Amino acid sequence: MAKKLMKGNEAIGEAAIVAGAQAYFCYPITPQTEVAEYLAKRMPEVGGVFVQAESELAASQMIFGAAAAGARAFTTSSSPGISLMGEAMSYIAAAELPAVFINIIRCGPGLGGILPSQGDYLQATKGGGHGDYRFLVLAPSTVQETVDLTIEAFRLADKYRNPVLLIGDGLIGQMMEPVDFEGRGAPPTLDTSAWATTGCVGREPHIVKTLFLDPNELERRNRKMRDKYEQMKREEVRFEAYLCDDAPELLVAAYGTTARVVRTAIDRLREDGVKVGMFRPISVFPFPDEPVRQLAFQPSVRSVLVVEMSMGQMLEDVERALQGRRPIHFYGRGGGNVPAPEELVRECRRLLGNGQGGRP
Amino acid sequence: MSEPTTIFKRPASMRDAFTHYCPGCTHGVIHRLIAETLDELGLRERTIGIAPVGCSVLAYNYFYCDFQEAAHGRAPALATGIKRVLPDRIVFTYQGDGDLASIGTAEILHAANRGEKFTTVFVNNAVYGMTGGQMAPTTMPNQVTTTCPRGRDVNLAGWPFPVADVLAQLRTPAYVERVAVHTPRHIINAKRAIKQAFRYQMEGRCYSFIEVLSTCPTNWGKTPAEACKWLDEVMVPYFKLGLKKSPDRPPVE
Repeated sequence: MAKKLMKGNEAIGEAAIVAGAQAYFCYPITPQTEVAEYLAKRMPEVGGVFVQAESELAASQMIFGAAAAGARAFTTSSSPGISLMGEAMSYIAAAELPAVFINIIRCGPGLGGILPSQGDYLQATKGGGHGDYRFLVLAPSTVQETVDLTIEAFRLADKYRNPVLLIGDGLIGQMMEPVDFEGRGAPPTLDTSAWATTGCVGREPHIVKTLFLDPNELERRNRKMRDKYEQMKREEVRFEAYLCDDAPELLVAAYGTTARVVRTAIDRLREDGVKVGMFRPISVFPFPDEPVRQLAFQPSVRSVLVVEMSMGQMLEDVERALQGRRPIHFYGRGGGNVPAPEELVRECRRLLGNGQGGRP
Repeated sequence: MSEPTTIFKRPASMRDAFTHYCPGCTHGVIHRLIAETLDELGLRERTIGIAPVGCSVLAYNYFYCDFQEAAHGRAPALATGIKRVLPDRIVFTYQGDGDLASIGTAEILHAANRGEKFTTVFVNNAVYGMTGGQMAPTTMPNQVTTTCPRGRDVNLAGWPFPVADVLAQLRTPAYVERVAVHTPRHIINAKRAIKQAFRYQMEGRCYSFIEVLSTCPTNWGKTPAEACKWLDEVMVPYFKLGLKKSPDRPPVE
C-alpha cells in the first residue's frame, strides 16, 4: 500500500481499525471530533460497533462494559472530556480490563481553548481518576508515529490488562502527513475466556468488579497492579535520543509536537556548530528515567532545558530523574501558543551564554 | 402414600448464599423474581447482569450468572457496551433509586431513548439505603430522612421523581411498567411484568424497564409489616402502578 496523506485524527481512526478495534464509544469535542466522524463511517464497514454516547462519562463506561465482555474497545476525547472519563479510567484499571484512551490535548484549565497544549501531562501520567493505579502513556510526535503507537497501544493494553493512554495535542490531531499502514496489523487476539462476562455456558459465572471490602484482598490486588507497573518500567520504556552522541553541551527534553520544534531549532543551531541534543520520551509513563540520566550525565552536558506547551509538567519527571545532578531550565508556552524554532534557538544560545556554544 | 414432591425451591439462577439485606427488605423478593424468570425462560447461561452502587452492589453474590459491577449510576452505559458487542446475550441492570434516579439519570434516559435492547429492574424504596437513609430523588413529600430531618420540603427538593412515567414519555418504543412487592398479589403481578420485560428483550423488540416499589424498614424506621403498609398508603398513591408504555401499543400522535 502506498503512503496516504491523512489528517492525524483520521489516521487514529484507521489505525484503530487496523489494530482490530471492535467497539468505539465517543462524545464530540474539539479538536478530536474528526476521529468520531471518520469512525461513524468506518466502524459499520468493518462490522464494528460505533456509539455516540450522551456524555464522556457514559462513553467511557460503555468501554468498561464492552471490554469486560471481551471486546477490543476504545475512545478518543480531548482534555475536558478526559476529565469526565477519569471515573471510568479508574474503574477500568481497577477491573484490569484492556482498553485504549486517546487524548488530543487542548489548552486549559477549565474550558480553556481549542488550540494545542501539553497541559494534561500530569493528569495523564500521575492520575486522572482516583485511587492507586497507573495508565501506560504514549506520546507520539508525528502522524505516522501516532498510527504506530495507536496499534501498539492495543497490544500493550492486552499484554497488561490495563488501559493505555495515548496523548497527542491539537496539532497532531489536525495536521496532515503521509502515513504508511504497510505491514501493520492487529495484535493477536487476547484470550479472555478466563474472565470475560459472555454468559456462563458450561462454567462458573464470571464477575467483573472493583469493590473489595476485605482490606487484605484489596491490598493483594494493589500489589499485583504495582507489579504490573514495575514490569512496564522494565519493558516499555521508549525514547529517542537526537544528536546526543557527539558530546553536546546542552540537552533539550521535549515530547510530542514540541519535540518537532526542538528538532528544527537544534538543526539550526548545529548549522552554526552549537552542540545541542534532544531527549524525546515516547513513553511518558513509564518515564525513561535511566535513559535521560545517561544522556544528561555525559560530562559534556552543562545543563538541561525542558521545553513544553505547559507551565512545567514533564519538568517534574526530568527533575525527579536527574536528582539535582545537572542544572535544569524550563521554557514553556501556554494558551495554545506553539513555540517557534527561533525562540528556542534564542533560548538555547542564552543558556549556553557568553559567546560559548559555537561560532557567534 | 405417594412420594414427596418438591413444590418450592431455590431457583437455579440463585446461589446458595446468606443474604446481607436487612430483615424485611424486599430486595430478596425481587432477586428471586428475576432468578425465577431466568430459570423459566432458560436464560441463565446467556445472561449478564449489572450490579449498581447501593445496597444491591453485591447482587452477584446471589445471582448465579455472569455479572459486572458498575460505577454509581453507570449501569446502563455498561449494559449498552455489553449488548452492542454481544447482541445475542441477555443483559439486565439492577439499580436502586439513588443510583438510577439521581446520579444515573443521563445514562438511564439515553439508554431508553436509544432503545437499547436490555432490561432494567429499578428498585424504588424512596431512600438511599446503603449510606444510611439519606433523601433520594424518590423520597416522599414530608418523609423524614437523615438529610431532610424536617421532612422532604417539595419547595426546596422538588417532588418525588417518577422515573417510569418520565421514561414512558419518550417516542422510542419501550416496555415500561411500575409494580410493587408489598403483598403476595403484587408480587405475582411483578413477576409477570419482569418476565414480560425479558421476553421483549429475547425477541429483540425494545428496551424494557420495570420500576418496583420496594420497602426499606431499616431506614424508614418501621417494622416490615408497617413498611408494607406505608408503601401501600404513601407511595402507591403517588407512584401509580401499572403499564406505562408498551411496544405492542403504538404511541399516540
